[in-house]
Amino acid sequence: MSATLVPDVGRTVVRANYHPAILIGGSVVVAALFTAAPWILPVAWVSVLNNFFLLLIMATMWNLLAGYAGMVSIGQQGFIGLGSYALLYLALKGMSPFAAIPLAALIAGAIAVPVTFVLFRLRGGYFSVATWVVADSAMLVILSIAYLGGGTGRPLPGLANLSPTAYNHDSYLATWLTALVVSVGTYLLLRSRLGLVLASMRDSETAARSSGAKVTSTRRWIFVIAATGCGAAGAVLAISQPFVQPGNAFNINWLAEMLFATIIGGIGTVEGPIIGTIVYFVLYQSLQGLGAWYLIIFGALAVAVALWQPGGVWGLVRDKTRFELLPVGYRVRDK
Amino acid sequence: MTWTNVIVQGVLFGGFYALFACGLSLLFGVMRIINLAHGDIAVVAGYTAVFLVPHLHVAEVWGFVVVVPIFALVGYVLQRTLLQAALDRSPLTTLLVTFGLSVLIENLLLEIYTANGQSVNIGSLIGNSWQVNSVIYVSWFQLVVLIVAVAVLGVLQVYLSKTSTGRLIRAVSDDREAAQICGANYRHIFGIAAAIAVATVALAGISYGILTELTPTTGGSQVLLYAFEAVVIGGIGSLWGTLIGGILLGVAQQIGAHYNPAYQVLAGHLLFLAILALRPQGLFGKKEALA
Repeated sequence: MSATLVPDVGRTVVRANYHPAILIGGSVVVAALFTAAPWILPVAWVSVLNNFFLLLIMATMWNLLAGYAGMVSIGQQGFIGLGSYALLYLALKGMSPFAAIPLAALIAGAIAVPVTFVLFRLRGGYFSVATWVVADSAMLVILSIAYLGGGTGRPLPGLANLSPTAYNHDSYLATWLTALVVSVGTYLLLRSRLGLVLASMRDSETAARSSGAKVTSTRRWIFVIAATGCGAAGAVLAISQPFVQPGNAFNINWLAEMLFATIIGGIGTVEGPIIGTIVYFVLYQSLQGLGAWYLIIFGALAVAVALWQPGGVWGLVRDKTRFELLPVGYRVRDK
Repeated sequence: MTWTNVIVQGVLFGGFYALFACGLSLLFGVMRIINLAHGDIAVVAGYTAVFLVPHLHVAEVWGFVVVVPIFALVGYVLQRTLLQAALDRSPLTTLLVTFGLSVLIENLLLEIYTANGQSVNIGSLIGNSWQVNSVIYVSWFQLVVLIVAVAVLGVLQVYLSKTSTGRLIRAVSDDREAAQICGANYRHIFGIAAAIAVATVALAGISYGILTELTPTTGGSQVLLYAFEAVVIGGIGSLWGTLIGGILLGVAQQIGAHYNPAYQVLAGHLLFLAILALRPQGLFGKKEALA
């Protein structure tokens, strides 16, 4: 491809400013370590990692929505809740909870399709509040269904045959594999043709439109993908509890955490949600036992970053070093 | 007769929703932003009435006379500092910053005052009602709030169309650059609009605290959502539409509650979603206001 794009003038076109084998090799090593985590780390750490990957999935999805497609959803907790309840429903019908994860995610995504046709009539801030109305409506509908436990919730069936150790391992592996699929999928998506459209929308919607990018249909795709991803997060959340309750599944704090993590890490970058999720867990672990203060401090930090360092931590690092850990674009380099 | 009562009670609630909504509508009209902390500011005003006013030597029913001017000032300062800084960045930043503010307020209230409900106590006045017949009771207090809401909207309408500051607000909202060229200090004008918005929602928050209980999460899940639904149902950009929107929302909620108390809020959401699907510009809005 490089040969057709650039005439041979002693330059070459590459993705990364380091050897691609490092990216692939590094990813394989990291993936192997995280897969082996339940066997090499203490139980408490595995539980922290489980929550880490849960938030990573959510932040990655929210970054796609707000960072790339310009949709500040404040209703993603609705799709988390729907994913949790879809899994509960499938498990009550006799499916193995683990096998039901992809189906539960797809159900959340399918619900998002008609929702976009109503929500996309509003823009900007009005769109944002409308997403919350949809999330609240979803919760109120679930609350009225006695079969799904109403307001008190229901334990997730289908896990009784597992020993506590096996349950801990499997629950962690389910979360980790979901996070892996979501992260790799998002990365490949951003490197694809659709990713190019997204990057152009992020930088200037008007310019993207006038260059022929199908902005509205791209938005619709991203909204449905993000709903599917958040549905998957809700499904693995249900397994790791393992109790499904509206107050937890539809909690607005999920939204606050994914939003703050994305902003602090760097909105509109691939690496941002990862960095932000790490910052979140460092804060969370060091402020344990102080109630809601972690969220207050995390929120104040996010507001400060949004105002004075809108590129977030990763934006700062990238501007200073010109280094990209997970490159999605191309760069021209001397041979 | 039961149905008449359902409608009457819905209209009475509509007064609250219109009062919640007019500040949100004004700020959007002037600055094209949604303040996601709008409802939380109302709750803080209610908490101020609960915890500060008893220390002052005024009857609690007059607490709003003290609290509302304070919040007008809060609104002006908030606009000139945090909101203006966000607005200078981008519309996206204002959403992120006001959402952050909302989470901060809710969790600070939770940490300081716990999740318990708080009510503004005005003594026996709240219980007074006017019995129309054997089924219909009209609470005096709710009737007063409805009248206040109509009065606030009316005063706002006159203020925006007749006074020089009001005309400046409309000029800045129509075309900021042109108004600036004519010498308008748009930051100051934004501050005044925010002061009005925050003062009205503070009044709404105190009234809601008198009628029912406020908790740290009332601001987001109730005040903001109802205000927003009233604005969209009535039509973005129309102040009187907001009043009708609030009333229709109140009636829809009461009809839902009549079938099952659990359906009260959901019925309002469904009316909102139906309006959005069938008439996205709202009942009295113009199509171009949507963009």
